[in-house]
Amino acid sequence: MEEWLYIQNEVYPALLKGFWVSLQLIIPSALCGLAIGIMIGVLRIYGNRPVMAAANGFVVVFRGIPLVVQLFIWYFGLPYIGIYLNPFVAAVLGFSLCSGAYHSEYIRGALLSIKRGQMLAAQSLGFSKVRMIFSIILPQALRRALPGCGNEIIYLIKYSSLAYMITCIELTGQGKILASNSFKYTEVFLMIGACYLVMTSVASIILNRVEDRLRLPGFEHHRI
Amino acid sequence: MAHWRIPRMDCRHIMAEPILRIENISKRYGKKDVLKGASLDVNKGDLKILIGPSGAGKSTLLQCINFLVKPDEGRVWLEGREVHYAHKRDLYAYRQKVGMIFQDFNLFDHLNALENVRIGMVQVKGMPKAEAGERAVMELERVGLKDHMQKYPAQLSGGQKQRVSIARALAMDPKVMLLDEPTSALDPELIGEVHAVIRDLGNNGMTMIMATHQIGFASSLASEIVFMEDGRILERGTPDKIFNDAQNARTREFCSKITELYGER
Ligand SMILES: Nc1ncnc2c1ncn2[C@@H]1O[C@H](COP(=O)(O)OP(=O)(O)O)[C@@H](O)[C@H]1O
Ligand SMILES: [Mg+2]
Repeated sequence: MEEWLYIQNEVYPALLKGFWVSLQLIIPSALCGLAIGIMIGVLRIYGNRPVMAAANGFVVVFRGIPLVVQLFIWYFGLPYIGIYLNPFVAAVLGFSLCSGAYHSEYIRGALLSIKRGQMLAAQSLGFSKVRMIFSIILPQALRRALPGCGNEIIYLIKYSSLAYMITCIELTGQGKILASNSFKYTEVFLMIGACYLVMTSVASIILNRVEDRLRLPGFEHHRI
Repeated sequence: MAHWRIPRMDCRHIMAEPILRIENISKRYGKKDVLKGASLDVNKGDLKILIGPSGAGKSTLLQCINFLVKPDEGRVWLEGREVHYAHKRDLYAYRQKVGMIFQDFNLFDHLNALENVRIGMVQVKGMPKAEAGERAVMELERVGLKDHMQKYPAQLSGGQKQRVSIARALAMDPKVMLLDEPTSALDPELIGEVHAVIRDLGNNGMTMIMATHQIGFASSLASEIVFMEDGRILERGTPDKIFNDAQNARTREFCSKITELYGER
């Protein structure tokens, strides 16, 4: 009974609050990450030499440095050069850049898989390079990249828990506070685990829906 | 009005001006000279057939003509105006006027037949979607595919895909069409339907340059046969001359081989 009251009065409101913060971190980070990933992926393939090198450098840096370290740099490091980000903004920035670096790998692979004939055909009709990329290449490449990008979004949901390290108190952060006040680590973190499971499950249902929506004859993913 | 004062000789000269003029096109890949100065004048309504062994440079020549491959040397004129392909605008405008048909069709895989034909008009010419759609339907009807408009490339046969690609090129109102072995990737029973469309184009006065091994079809339609080997144009002439009375021994050899392979002319 006492347990139930504790859950109802303390755990539930705190986790709900944390859950909302998590969603507010995840959704913009997923969208910005995907946009960054598409942009960097395209530049890595179709950019001129210096642009290509810069885009590759971006990936090396943001995929190569542990995400926690990146978050610390955005939140604790930037103030040294006079830039103060609040924890939420620093977290979204860190997640978007890191996620974008990973997305760009999937996009790049998909762009490379598009047959040269598609480009020859577009060019022979008088398409400029930019128009060709946006109306012929990307619509095909994104369909092929979707499973990989979806996977990256699922990862993002999980690593969004790192935000509490820079004092952005989301789901995991709330859980940590609750648990250290009550010492009910097992119960609290089981509930938190369940919350993440719900988020990742809902996300994969949405991603599957999107995949079905965009499915075209000739673009099926053959599941074995 | 000004035409009045042009002397008769000049007048004839203007009339005879080729619609497409290719001069001294050369291309090398690494150390290999793939094209060694090919020149060609194409008059309005001509159907030039490129023949020659595999590796002769037929595809490279066709792709150099619309600069999908950048030639190392050489110049191209369309309707008397030289194409400055280093200028992007000039290049894109020129390519709209030169239709290209590929051996493996190269339909846009994510678009259905109708969208394949429409997209160039909308994206490149800036036509309104509805108007472009009407034109696309017309072109698909012309190649006999009105009933298959909603199908995606993966759902079409090879012959149907090639006909869609012809409709897609025609929708841009090309002055000249380049066809690179348009039936080589097709099963024998599907070749006829594509040949019928090309024949129809020829009868309607379309100017074409086509590489093909189908010499039966070629000799019935061609205004000139151009024999290529090793990056050079070795001989050219009417189908009758090339197939029955070629001057060059290599031409004779190739023609007899190909007649054997591709059956009766
Ligand atoms: N991108 C390329 N790189 C290197 N060599 C090429 C390339 N494209 C064509 N070639 C070579 O150029 C020659 C002519 O090829 P191609 O124009 O395809 O001949 P054809 O169409 O007459 O069979 C061949 O020897 C081929 O190997
Ligand atoms: Mg060829």
